[in-house]
Amino acid sequence: MMNPSDSQNDISPKGWRLRLYIAGQTAKSLAAISNLHRIVKKYLPEKIEIEIIDLLENPELAAVDHIIAIPTLIRKSPMPICKVIGDLSSTEKTLIGLQIKPPTNGS
Amino acid sequence: MLTTLDIQAPIKMPTGIEGFEHLAMGGLPMGRTTLLVGTSGSGKTIFSAEFLYRGITQYDRTGVFVTLEERPIEIMRNVKRVCWELVELVTSNRLAFVDGSPDPVPTEEVGKYNLEGLITQIRYAVQKVKATLVVIDSIGSLFHQFSDISKVRLEIFRLTEVMRELGVTTLMTAERLDEYGHISRHGVEEFISDNVIVLRNVLAEEKCRRTIQVLKMRGDVHSKGEYPFTISHTGITILPLSAMELTQESSNERIGTGNSDMDTMTNGGIFRDSIFLVSGPTGGGKTLMSAMFAAEGCRAGEHVLLLAYEESREQLLRNASSWGIDFAKWEREGLLRIVCQYPEAMGLEDHLLVIRRAIESFQPRRLIMDSVSAMERVASVRNFREFVIGLTSYMKQARVCSLFTSTTPQLSGGESVTETHISTITDVIVLLRYVEINGILRRGIAVIKMRGSQHDKRIREFTIDGDGMHVGNPFQNVQNIMLGVASVTPIRDADHFDKMFE
Repeated sequence: MMNPSDSQNDISPKGWRLRLYIAGQTAKSLAAISNLHRIVKKYLPEKIEIEIIDLLENPELAAVDHIIAIPTLIRKSPMPICKVIGDLSSTEKTLIGLQIKPPTNGS
Repeated sequence: MLTTLDIQAPIKMPTGIEGFEHLAMGGLPMGRTTLLVGTSGSGKTIFSAEFLYRGITQYDRTGVFVTLEERPIEIMRNVKRVCWELVELVTSNRLAFVDGSPDPVPTEEVGKYNLEGLITQIRYAVQKVKATLVVIDSIGSLFHQFSDISKVRLEIFRLTEVMRELGVTTLMTAERLDEYGHISRHGVEEFISDNVIVLRNVLAEEKCRRTIQVLKMRGDVHSKGEYPFTISHTGITILPLSAMELTQESSNERIGTGNSDMDTMTNGGIFRDSIFLVSGPTGGGKTLMSAMFAAEGCRAGEHVLLLAYEESREQLLRNASSWGIDFAKWEREGLLRIVCQYPEAMGLEDHLLVIRRAIESFQPRRLIMDSVSAMERVASVRNFREFVIGLTSYMKQARVCSLFTSTTPQLSGGESVTETHISTITDVIVLLRYVEINGILRRGIAVIKMRGSQHDKRIREFTIDGDGMHVGNPFQNVQNIMLGVASVTPIRDADHFDKMFE
């Protein structure tokens, strides 16, 4: 599901919600989107809400989550809230960044 | 794409920061990025905030404050100490904050990224308030937040390009570790900007000394040295010392010194806007001369400001009354203001600021500084000289007739470092000396120099009693009065040693 909304903060705590910020259809952004879908499909429950916010279309939304780097992926729920920045080219590291997998030695 | 702005000489945008326009030949280059570097605590954030604050309130502009280190609320709190209300500017849409401060949310880097998010936020804020001024404080924080150093550098450069396209004048701050050394910590300066300003906070002679220097400014012949500045409740005040030109016309109007004998020696009194140095040993008569000078002014209904760095107010009052001069009365009448300070209380730049404020508020026609050599004790030689230049420049501009006293190290005279520094700046120099002749201690006075006028070149004897100072006859047949141990000479040599004082 893709919807550029940011108003729901009261979704059930167990439900997964990810928000990905991009800025235009650049190579990095497209890579991040496709990497994200791949990872979500394999590792996360089916019932997940993914918002993709394109700052080129909605620049005013960058301030909401203090977005400095692009792409930025935010795990909104369930807790803990955490961020991963970059094109998500490493599945392993992305899962660690989303705190789905614990950090391994040396990573 | 080259624009006309690129080819012309840079137009300058005044900042409103006191003394800066003089230093930077008009202000910051319009439409460009200027890098402001300094160590931690050197005043970068205050300077940037003042740049925005004055730009908005005095020059009717709008601005964006991009804060990369502290949160907006912390910035607003910090500058409130300097009495500026930023909140009001935000609510009235004249100032927008962009919060790029480190996010407490745990963050991992996976793969490639750029800083387009920040650039988007800044662009959006600039467009929202139609800003012409932008502050970015401080880019060092980006190097802490992100590990891809070369990417961060590239993005900072890209940011300056975006700012240029938007046509805004940008002040970007960067951190450095040493006061003298590499310009900035992460080596960004080479490609960021042709315009670099350095703020320093140096510990010298146990005092903190803040200085500002225009290191580079493209297309400009700017003042190249370091200039002291202070931060007070009105913001930053830069003291452009040696750069101040004394372009004021000299006055031909003479005023009384307070002693008619002295007036005769100076051929009618001293000029209205002169600086008068009275040098002598402790107890030599300087305080009396100052008191007479003050009395003359008060009797004429003028405001007299007495800056006392050696004696307390009570002592001054007592001394004056022993010569029949009533300071207390004139204080009550609002003609005399006495300011007592310990020289050690603050750095010379702060002293200078206090003096300037006192002159601005009291508007004296006469000023006495007793003594200027007290200041010499608490500063480095360079610092002191700058202080004297700054002070005398300001007095001239303010057209205040000033009397400085200077204490010589030895009772018989001797070289005073103070005099070495200020003798070229002062207009009138009067020396007071003890003279030992045939086992008796007597007093000598001479007008060494008087710019623009004839004066009595003879060294006269003087006495002090309950009515004040009385200048008597010149010493006859005596030499070395001013230079050392007097000795009687059989030859009438008055003309000979007069020449030594030309």
